[in-house]
Amino acid sequence: MPTLNMLVLVCLLYVVLLFLVAFAADRAALRGRGKWLRSPIVYTLSLSIYCTAWTFYGAVGFAARSGLEFVTIYLGPTLVMIGWWWVLRKMVRVGQAQRITSIADLISSRYGKSNTLAVFVTLLAVVGTTPYIALQLQSVTLSFAAFAETGPDTAQAMSRQATAFWLALGLALFTILFGTRNLDANERHHGVVMAIALEAVVKLFALLAVGVFVVWGLAGGVSETLARIDASEIAEWNVSGSRWIGLTALSAAAFLCLPRMFQVMVVENENEDHLRTAAWAFPAYLMLMSLFVVPIAAVGLDLLPKSTNPDLFVLSLPLAEGREGLAILSFLGGFSSATSMVIVAAIALSTMVSNHIVMPIWLNMTGGNAVISGDVRQVALLARRLSIAGIVFLGYLYFQISGGGTALAKIGLVSFAGVAQFLPAMIGGLFWRGATRTGALAGLLIGSVVWLYSLFLPSFGASMVLSEDIMQNGLLGLSWLRPQALFGAEGMDPLVHAVMWSMLLNTSGFILFSLLSFPKPIERLQGAQFVNVYDHSPTTGGWTGGLAQTEDLLIMAQRIMGGSQAQSFFARAAERQGIGGYLPEPSPDFLQALERELSGSVGGAAAHAMVGQIVGGASVSVEDLMAVADETAQIMEYSNRLEAKSTELTRTARQLREANEKLTQLSRQKDAFLSQVSHELRTPMTSIRAFSEILRDSDALKPAESSKYASVIHDEAIRLTRLLDDLLDLSVLESGQVSLNVQTGTLGDLLDRAAASAAGGSGDLEIRRKRGDEDIVLSTDLDRLAQVFINLIANARKYCDANKPSLTISTRVAGDTLLVDFIDNGTGIPTDKQGVIFEKFSRIGDTKAGGAGLGLAICREIMARLGGQVTYLPGQGGAAFRVILPLQERLAAQ
Amino acid sequence: MSTEPGPVFVERRTYRRRRLVDAARLLPVLGVALICLPLLWISDTGTTTSTTYAMIYFFGLWVALVVVTGLLAKYLKEGTDLRAEDDNGSSSGPPGEA
Repeated sequence: MPTLNMLVLVCLLYVVLLFLVAFAADRAALRGRGKWLRSPIVYTLSLSIYCTAWTFYGAVGFAARSGLEFVTIYLGPTLVMIGWWWVLRKMVRVGQAQRITSIADLISSRYGKSNTLAVFVTLLAVVGTTPYIALQLQSVTLSFAAFAETGPDTAQAMSRQATAFWLALGLALFTILFGTRNLDANERHHGVVMAIALEAVVKLFALLAVGVFVVWGLAGGVSETLARIDASEIAEWNVSGSRWIGLTALSAAAFLCLPRMFQVMVVENENEDHLRTAAWAFPAYLMLMSLFVVPIAAVGLDLLPKSTNPDLFVLSLPLAEGREGLAILSFLGGFSSATSMVIVAAIALSTMVSNHIVMPIWLNMTGGNAVISGDVRQVALLARRLSIAGIVFLGYLYFQISGGGTALAKIGLVSFAGVAQFLPAMIGGLFWRGATRTGALAGLLIGSVVWLYSLFLPSFGASMVLSEDIMQNGLLGLSWLRPQALFGAEGMDPLVHAVMWSMLLNTSGFILFSLLSFPKPIERLQGAQFVNVYDHSPTTGGWTGGLAQTEDLLIMAQRIMGGSQAQSFFARAAERQGIGGYLPEPSPDFLQALERELSGSVGGAAAHAMVGQIVGGASVSVEDLMAVADETAQIMEYSNRLEAKSTELTRTARQLREANEKLTQLSRQKDAFLSQVSHELRTPMTSIRAFSEILRDSDALKPAESSKYASVIHDEAIRLTRLLDDLLDLSVLESGQVSLNVQTGTLGDLLDRAAASAAGGSGDLEIRRKRGDEDIVLSTDLDRLAQVFINLIANARKYCDANKPSLTISTRVAGDTLLVDFIDNGTGIPTDKQGVIFEKFSRIGDTKAGGAGLGLAICREIMARLGGQVTYLPGQGGAAFRVILPLQERLAAQ
Repeated sequence: MSTEPGPVFVERRTYRRRRLVDAARLLPVLGVALICLPLLWISDTGTTTSTTYAMIYFFGLWVALVVVTGLLAKYLKEGTDLRAEDDNGSSSGPPGEA
């Protein structure tokens, strides 16, 4: 039996081996010989930190309890890997293009480099990872205990707490040594990755060795093993559908979101092409890891006493069979699974904590001035180291509090569900440009609260954090707030229940708040660069400086990177530019390289700010540019509005001018008419007065003469009366007091009547009509209509200036309206007069026939009373008027 | 981003490659379907499937997925450079006859 001392010795030797490998890899990478260190196989093996001690020990326990269900934990990542073209490829491309250093950095960069988001993600990641680290400590402690139980001298057995404590201390030391040895750009750790790859081989080899031993050594062959499985408690394929789907989805989500997976998958990725190999090689690795799990579980259930912890079958089977060498190998497998996970998780989390929490606070406290501040490098390193120690200590603390009693798999799944809350914000950010910072924050907040309440806090055990009363009756006695039956979802598996509600509410919150909020310019810019990463150039935010003081940059870089490293970096850059000495030209390429180098120490945002401070005005931040662009857009919009207004004003002014012109013209016409009317009144008055004076004063008049004079007086009086009648008629029509006398008759008769009435005087006007069209029965005030026709015909007679004047009267029915056109063959009415001919007192030119200019005005009023209108019809070769009359009787004056 | 339509007819090689990318995209969908398929074996009538049977199914499926993914990855490498691959062309490009 191996003594515990021997076990400790083996552990130490193994750790020394890891040290040597990590050290050698770091050295090789430093000398630039590390090409083989970055092969796709090493990348694939480094992904195996997904398989922690939980896999190594817990999977068998999981299988012993619930049969094949354990396989979901590996099928989820398998699906993600074979779907690499969808998500992983984009994640890696974005990670490289944006110099992403952690999952918090990814989410914060996507949503406008928001530090609030980064801090939130970091805190949730710490809370979610702590149980997982506790889980690793627990599994190693348990495996030590398993050895102690079988050992001859149990007095030697260390207490569990002591084991866990020393283990935590050792892991923290190793991580600090290799994880923070150098503050490299891009957060890459060659030594650590190499050590992890080695551990991946060790754990796979150990598990396969135990599996081969169990199948061919204990069971006696493949068919016998299968027979044993059929005979065991887990012989039936009987899984719950919701747990099957839920666990597969959960493990797939966690695979993408776990900080340590993000670290090896995206941050440590050197070449996107490595994904092509990992896409099939990693599923193959997972398949091999789970190949012997069910056989080991079945044989263990069969051979070992009931009291044995199924989580430790991998260890207790070889021990029970007396295979010490195999047992130690198996122990080493579990040990390496645990250590690699803790190391990478601690590195990933410490990067997040120091870049997003410690450094911003420190820079803020020291005024953020990069040049005069102290040694940033030391601060960054110290922050890293303290964070690593703090995180491992937190894990240890959780282990102490939870008492290490629960089954391994349960703690792991609680942790998975916690980090899975990043998924909506991350995937949404990669594929949906409409995702906003507010949405991401809301989703994360809701999801994490639901997770904490329904899964994390209850996981401490009944009445540890949440009282029994809350578990049974809900928060504040509200039954729909019971942690394991939210909104009345009773009878569900607690894990599936928590995952369902947290993810559902998280995603809904994320989408809803994204839809409702409006992103800042920098968010929209980053969104476009993330979602359309394949369209954009691989680098962002180039410096266009030319004014930077290289010496200042060197002073700053020395403080951050350390003297010799900074000097050699500058010297190399100068050499590349063909310049001797330490001061290269501050070309954009150089500035960008420097920023990358610095971002490894102080985070991307701080490095950008520091370089920006020294380069000064040479580079304008995107935010400034966007603000300027915004202002410009506003000004343009304003000027557009002004332009629209001014066009409107111009239009109004034109209308006013037209109206004014018309008014002036009318006023002139009125003046002209008044003088005309005075003249018209005066002429008959003068002759009436003259002739009446002759009649009064001359006694010697012959009867014939006196009768002639009297008839002149009479004629003139009639002319006066007609003029006054017209004026009266118009005023009656205009005031609407006219009463219509509706009669029925045909249009033909009416036109005949009108033509006959208008035919007096010189009869040389030829009237052309089409009598066939005129057989239309009208029911209206025929006398008034005839008055209009008479007026129009008389006008043609009076004003038509053709040699052989003729008037064409054409009749047409269009729908419900009757159209009668009066077109003569004269010169027509000039365009500038067409607007006023229907006005009162308007006469065109000096008329030869002395009308009063009231005829057309009267016509217009009459037609309006009859429900129709009379208009001038331009472009007919002469003066043309159109009378429009509704056929159905719609008389406006009734 | 670019809204201008690509050419309707593309080279035979490009066409093949686009269909290969389609296959790579659809493989996880097929995987999900096949992983959930055994849930249908659980019936209320009392007839049960054995774990060994399910095991053989799952590991067989696993190997098949690994092999298919490996083949797709191998052929995706040949032809054009992965970095030059433009997502628009492969996802929304009209399927042209070569």
